[in-house]
Amino acid sequence: MTTATSATRSSRFKSSGGSKRRRPFNWRRAGAWVLVILAVAVSVLPFYWVLRTSLSSNSALASNASNLLPADFNLGAYKRVFGLQTAQEAMAEGGSGAKIDFWIYLRNTVLFAGITTAGAVFFSAMAAYAFSRLRWRGRNAVFSLFLATMMVPPIFTALPNFLLIKNLGLLNTLLGMVLPYLFMTPFAIFFLRQFFLNMSREVEEAAMLDGARHLRIFFQIVLPNAAAPIATLALLTFIGQWNEYFWPLLVGNQENVRVLTVGLGVFKSQSPQGAPDWSGLMAATLVSALPVLLLFIAFGKKIVNSIGFSGIK
Amino acid sequence: MTTTTARGAAPARKATGPGHGTAAPRPRRRPRSDLKVALLFIAPAMLGLVVFYLVPTIRGIYLSFTEYNILGTPKWVGGANYAAIAKDPLFWNALGVTTQYVLINIVLQTVLALGLALLMHRVAKSTFIRGSLLLPYLMANVIAALLWFWLLDYQIGIVNNIIDALGLPRVAFFGSEEWAIPTQALINTWRHMGYTALLIFAGLQAIPQHVYEVANLDGASPFQTFRKITMPLLRPVIVLVLIVTVIGSFQVFDTVAVTTQGGPINASRVLQFYIYQRAFTESDFGYGSALAVILFVILALVAFIQMKFLKGNESDLD
Repeated sequence: MTTATSATRSSRFKSSGGSKRRRPFNWRRAGAWVLVILAVAVSVLPFYWVLRTSLSSNSALASNASNLLPADFNLGAYKRVFGLQTAQEAMAEGGSGAKIDFWIYLRNTVLFAGITTAGAVFFSAMAAYAFSRLRWRGRNAVFSLFLATMMVPPIFTALPNFLLIKNLGLLNTLLGMVLPYLFMTPFAIFFLRQFFLNMSREVEEAAMLDGARHLRIFFQIVLPNAAAPIATLALLTFIGQWNEYFWPLLVGNQENVRVLTVGLGVFKSQSPQGAPDWSGLMAATLVSALPVLLLFIAFGKKIVNSIGFSGIK
Repeated sequence: MTTTTARGAAPARKATGPGHGTAAPRPRRRPRSDLKVALLFIAPAMLGLVVFYLVPTIRGIYLSFTEYNILGTPKWVGGANYAAIAKDPLFWNALGVTTQYVLINIVLQTVLALGLALLMHRVAKSTFIRGSLLLPYLMANVIAALLWFWLLDYQIGIVNNIIDALGLPRVAFFGSEEWAIPTQALINTWRHMGYTALLIFAGLQAIPQHVYEVANLDGASPFQTFRKITMPLLRPVIVLVLIVTVIGSFQVFDTVAVTTQGGPINASRVLQFYIYQRAFTESDFGYGSALAVILFVILALVAFIQMKFLKGNESDLD
């Protein structure tokens, strides 16, 4: 052990002394940076192109296909998305005349993602508390059962769940869309349990001695102390739910309950093959992604750092 | 996913051990059972588990042995659905197409992500760069699909314009049979590449520095170090990535549903889209359920085989 440590130290010393001070131009390093920049460009530039398209007019797009700036700059596409433009005006700008009830879809998406996130995170936190801070027989067996459900592919439960929601008369209702996600997600339970396990028992035991019951401990000690992981989990869940497509497509495919992802699909398929409303579609796409983009700008670091955790720990 | 579980559970148990294990003598309050409180706390989650996971799983298996068109009651037909599936050319086509999609994804995504992770580890650790690479992953599949549907448009899409400018023939990315599936796979790779790279990057950072320093002292070449140290130590992460990628890609749906709808002809009719069509468009729930059972079995098998052969549970680190 001692030899290893001293060897380590000397080798680090040597390497930092030699090359770092006057680092000559290093082709391999430069090449590596080019690759990194290329990867970033491939990830980010498509979004610029979407923005550029959304600010162009359809009739000008075809002739100015490769111009880096918007072709015939105008906000018509956004007006169309927000319902401020009539079908006639849209068609005059080269659109297809298909419309998107953005505000209704937005309301539905906010409700769907918001309610499922709040419910799943809260109830999963309760379960995680039982799986980490309480002692009871069969705890590990029941926990394994929850974990096992992570293996069941969503499509498999989607068919019977659809029948259940249909039998309950909840097709095309917000409740029907929300119910399967409301009570927990296996991942959320797993995620929070990891954090709860590592919390110190001392505060909790002191509170216990003062006669606090579990509900109070949960609400006043565990939840506040785990605010950071809970916020991260809520963020990830919300983004995931915001992007969900399959279940809302099955259960909420009517205008009044349609969410943005489903609405975008419909809007796209409404465009007749001949002349899709590209700028309108791209404006709608960008506006639908905007909340996630904003969350990302605000909490990017948190999201990035949570990826390592969710995968490995 | 199983890797996650197995590896996550172990240190966790260790951590709880001294706190309230049976061995540790604890003053005051005695190992009383919290069963009643625990039941209260897991009640909502339990409700969700039973109603929306366990019962549907059993019901799904039951339905796969029935003929059921939503109206009326399911009629027991034994293994008839499975027999029909075995002779269903559309099923075999879907299986083939899906496999093709999965293979392209695994190779492309793992290789690109591994390369990116190494670059991030060695050259650019910045959160900004990692964030930019993660951006596509945070977008909905539907958004990624529409975005590329536009970029890859045959007539005026920017990609085809560039191809054209290079003097090459335009590519009908979504409209030709040979390109439909590779295109879907490329879109998925674009969306997941950064996320996968981040997973591997986290794995790279977990490798203790001194292992490399010892190897350096022993005069190992960078390539040898990579082969003999990085790859073996990275194995659990790679296994996790492979399992997640394969299981995820087998369930491709959103991109296909929004862009090609299974076409042209049957070129992109992946399994999940076929299940969706049989169950919901043709309202043949028994057949759809049987297809879903098969998909479920395939996924379980793939996960099992990968765990078994890649020994994902063990890390060479300990």
